[in-house]
Amino acid sequence: MNEIPKRTIIQKYHVRGILITVILSLLLIFSSIMTGVDWSEFFSNLGQFFALLGRMANPDWQYLNVVVQPIIETIQMALLGTTIGTAVAIPFAFLAARNLVKSLLVRGVTRFVLNLVRTLPDLLLAALFVAIVGIGPTAGVWTLAIFSFGMISKLFYETVETIEKGPIEALRAAGANKIQIIVFAVIPQVINNFISYFLYTFEINVRASTVLGYLGAGGIGVFLQRSLSSFRYDQTAVIIIAILIVVVIIDSLSNTLRERLL
Amino acid sequence: MMTKQPLISFKNVSKIYNNGTVGLKKVNLDIFQGEFVVIVGLSGAGKSTLLRTINKMHNITDGDITINGESITPLKGKKLCKLRSCIGMIFQNFNLVKRSSVLRNVLIGRVGYYPTWKSVLGIFSPEDKKKAATALQRVNLAEKIYARADELSGGQQQRVAIARVFMQNPKIILADEPVASLDPLTTNAIMDDLKNLNREFKMTVIVNLHSVPLALKYADRIIGLRAGELVYDKTITEVSEQDFKTIYQEEGAIR
Ligand SMILES: Nc1ncnc2c1ncn2[C@@H]1O[C@H](COP(=O)(O)OP(=O)(O)O)[C@@H](O)[C@H]1O
Ligand SMILES: [Mg+2]
Repeated sequence: MNEIPKRTIIQKYHVRGILITVILSLLLIFSSIMTGVDWSEFFSNLGQFFALLGRMANPDWQYLNVVVQPIIETIQMALLGTTIGTAVAIPFAFLAARNLVKSLLVRGVTRFVLNLVRTLPDLLLAALFVAIVGIGPTAGVWTLAIFSFGMISKLFYETVETIEKGPIEALRAAGANKIQIIVFAVIPQVINNFISYFLYTFEINVRASTVLGYLGAGGIGVFLQRSLSSFRYDQTAVIIIAILIVVVIIDSLSNTLRERLL
Repeated sequence: MMTKQPLISFKNVSKIYNNGTVGLKKVNLDIFQGEFVVIVGLSGAGKSTLLRTINKMHNITDGDITINGESITPLKGKKLCKLRSCIGMIFQNFNLVKRSSVLRNVLIGRVGYYPTWKSVLGIFSPEDKKKAATALQRVNLAEKIYARADELSGGQQQRVAIARVFMQNPKIILADEPVASLDPLTTNAIMDDLKNLNREFKMTVIVNLHSVPLALKYADRIIGLRAGELVYDKTITEVSEQDFKTIYQEEGAIR
């Protein structure tokens, strides 16, 4: 008797998979109806879209001189925001990791704070900081710092939880304290992942900061908004091209670095 | 008449894990300075548990353990770190930090002796660096000092672990199945290394082993555990091969 065990009817006809697909499709259809997305409107407006594209087809290259400075500011905002967010995230990540902190209370409170921070949308943060510190790049930096903090802390503690526990045991048995355990046994195992996630978050922040400027949080976004509202689509075109180039360069740089690391 | 004071003394020690599993049951045991003790028993008999109660990697639930006459049960925080820093431990899976250099792995044996800030900044004294080189020479790995630990074979990694323990200058060495994942040739090399530390420096060595022939070859004294109970304890001169039948008897067969 060497038969393959029979599949149940549910397994045989992939009932679960089909059911999930159907439910998801229905949800999609209902939500598009309920939010009133009008597909015919979308397609009839395509003409307008192409008209806009036509007006952007003659970029005002002179404007490039004006754009360079805010683009650099955008990158600086992203770098600063990511760095601040990461620096604060590191201790939180260690406190939230199951394999380092035995106390359910400490871990629970830490994770609650982290989850709370992650639920804040970055645009809301930007609006908030513009209101607090005023229009300018400072608001952008704080927004990106908090956004990075939420993202990095989660990525980091999940990484910490995947490490080998053998070295931690060895350090503990040799009389090392918590900090020594982290420095000698944990960090060597996670440092490459940490750097990789830092670069990834920086990448996302460069993209995000172009939009944040829209709310007055500094950087190139301010110029994007200005050109759009004054119907200078020739300038808009330059800004978009400049952003694209910068994003592509930073993406490929960070991708190359990350591939080397892992 | 005064009898010699034991180095490690188990007094009615029981250990029940949180999930109710009995790890140790009323163990009474004295281990003396300079002994080479081998603990044998079936898998799950409580060998690892026994070893880990000595450096408080596991806490006991009943009884008391003393080292040099002092109870270790109440030790916490700094005092516990101090105790652990003079007890070396060797593991089945070596437990090296694979991405760090061999040298750094050996120096890890010393961190318990340094203030946190110094060790964290990597400031180790010249004597300790020299000692690390000596420790590696002892296990024939001097030329691997700057290699990354994961470049080494299993046997070499275990010898780095022995060098790490040597750095601790320990009074006691606990080895939990140190050769279970090694080939026979490397096995003898590792066991010889442990025996040398025992002979040269009078370090007390306690080893968990699966293999009876190995136990007979290296032990001064053999202790048998079965289902958490100490069922056998004889010096090597008293041991007969017949004895192992009782130690390795399945639990069900006795009842
Ligand atoms: N952390 C733990 N939690 C619960 N039970 C455990 C734990 N560690 C070991 N045990 C149990 O305790 C008993 C003794 O285990 P152990 O000391 O590892 O035996 P050995 O090392 O002789 O194979 C076994 O039944 C095992 O399943
Ligand atoms: Mg074991």
